[in-house]
Amino acid sequence: MEGLERIVREHPFFAGLEEGFLNLVCGCAKNVRFEAGQYLFHEGEPADNFYLIRHGRIALELTAPGRGAIVFQTLAEGEIVGVSWVIPPYRWTYDARALDLVRAVAIDAACLRQKCEADHDLGYEMMKRFLPVLVQRLQATRLQILDVYGVPS
Amino acid sequence: MDPMTPHVARVRRKRRDAADVWTLELEIEDGNLRQRFAFTPGQFNMLTVFGVGEVPISLSGDAAEPGSLIHTVRAVGAVSGALTRLASGAAVGLRGPFGAGWPMDEATGRDVVILAGGLGLAPLRPALYQLIATRGRYGKIVVLYGARSPNDILFHSELAAWRRRLDVDIQVTVDHAASSWNGHVGVVTTLIPRADFDPLHAIALVCGPEVMMRFAIATLRDVGLSEESIYLSMERNMKCAIGFCGHCQFGTVFVCRDGPVFRHDRVRSLLAIKEI
Repeated sequence: MEGLERIVREHPFFAGLEEGFLNLVCGCAKNVRFEAGQYLFHEGEPADNFYLIRHGRIALELTAPGRGAIVFQTLAEGEIVGVSWVIPPYRWTYDARALDLVRAVAIDAACLRQKCEADHDLGYEMMKRFLPVLVQRLQATRLQILDVYGVPS
Repeated sequence: MDPMTPHVARVRRKRRDAADVWTLELEIEDGNLRQRFAFTPGQFNMLTVFGVGEVPISLSGDAAEPGSLIHTVRAVGAVSGALTRLASGAAVGLRGPFGAGWPMDEATGRDVVILAGGLGLAPLRPALYQLIATRGRYGKIVVLYGARSPNDILFHSELAAWRRRLDVDIQVTVDHAASSWNGHVGVVTTLIPRADFDPLHAIALVCGPEVMMRFAIATLRDVGLSEESIYLSMERNMKCAIGFCGHCQFGTVFVCRDGPVFRHDRVRSLLAIKEI
């Protein structure tokens, strides 16, 4: 458990997290590993976990009829995969595929949600960490939608 | 020599870099004029397709080889489209070089971040040639390049060659890709926090679509670069290229004469004005 605590503490997403909160988070955490090509989850499945990436890269994909899978983002060491666990109905809205060997920490979403409900300080701390990720990804999505490298009309 | 009078050059070679992007190598017909067209990284020439029109195109070749005038052109309008359709040996009108280029002297002794989006890599390539040719003068060199898709990545072979060097960090990302693509996907700004450079001693040279540059500059500022360390290349509708006609007037400056490369703090307030 001490090893897992160190890993979570050293992950950039949880940088500076106070010890009490760290223990609560680690109570919901476990080490996981995915081989290259293996899917972490698929669109529509319950968002049971989110992942702290320790090593490797992950592609987030959407499949469109006639176009196959389109990768819209890749994530790497030091980043997190999954924000769908925060918002009902807690279902993934895309697929996540390991591009190479991925080592990560999986955080049990139901476990952490329960702890956040019981301790709103923890919940607020989690929101302060997730919101910037959400905003950054929203801004990135806006830039992608703008298609800034496309031919101006 | 009248800067408004074009000289005749010929297309020596052309190469397709993407579906709508071609790189043209031009040669001045009058050999005595070759030195006259020596340029510094970041400058541009005015190219004429006779009977069609004239457009400003950045130089994308090596400034250390002034005899070879290389321009990378995207076919977006009548003139640029005509340029990309020219055959080897075709005549082109040439005026230039014009404008203020990248601050290569300012980069000496510092980490250098080259941040490019789309066709914006073309005006930065001469700066990269110079940085690599005089590699020992600089700290880390980091190239962060974003393209629309894997098929739109420019200068593939050179990027691959530079990536093989151990003293230049090349990071490429695309906005979207098929699942067969094994590289990075995400907007170019996502590369900035991951890049290894010292923001307190770095200089950033930024070129790409204006909206991309705004977001990129905001992220560079977030990681600690000062405004005085960020330079960007602006694109406006340049006609005379010598600050007479006013087509490229950008607030109090003329992009053709005072730019196209500006230090960010000198144009920051102008970038916020949508009407210009």
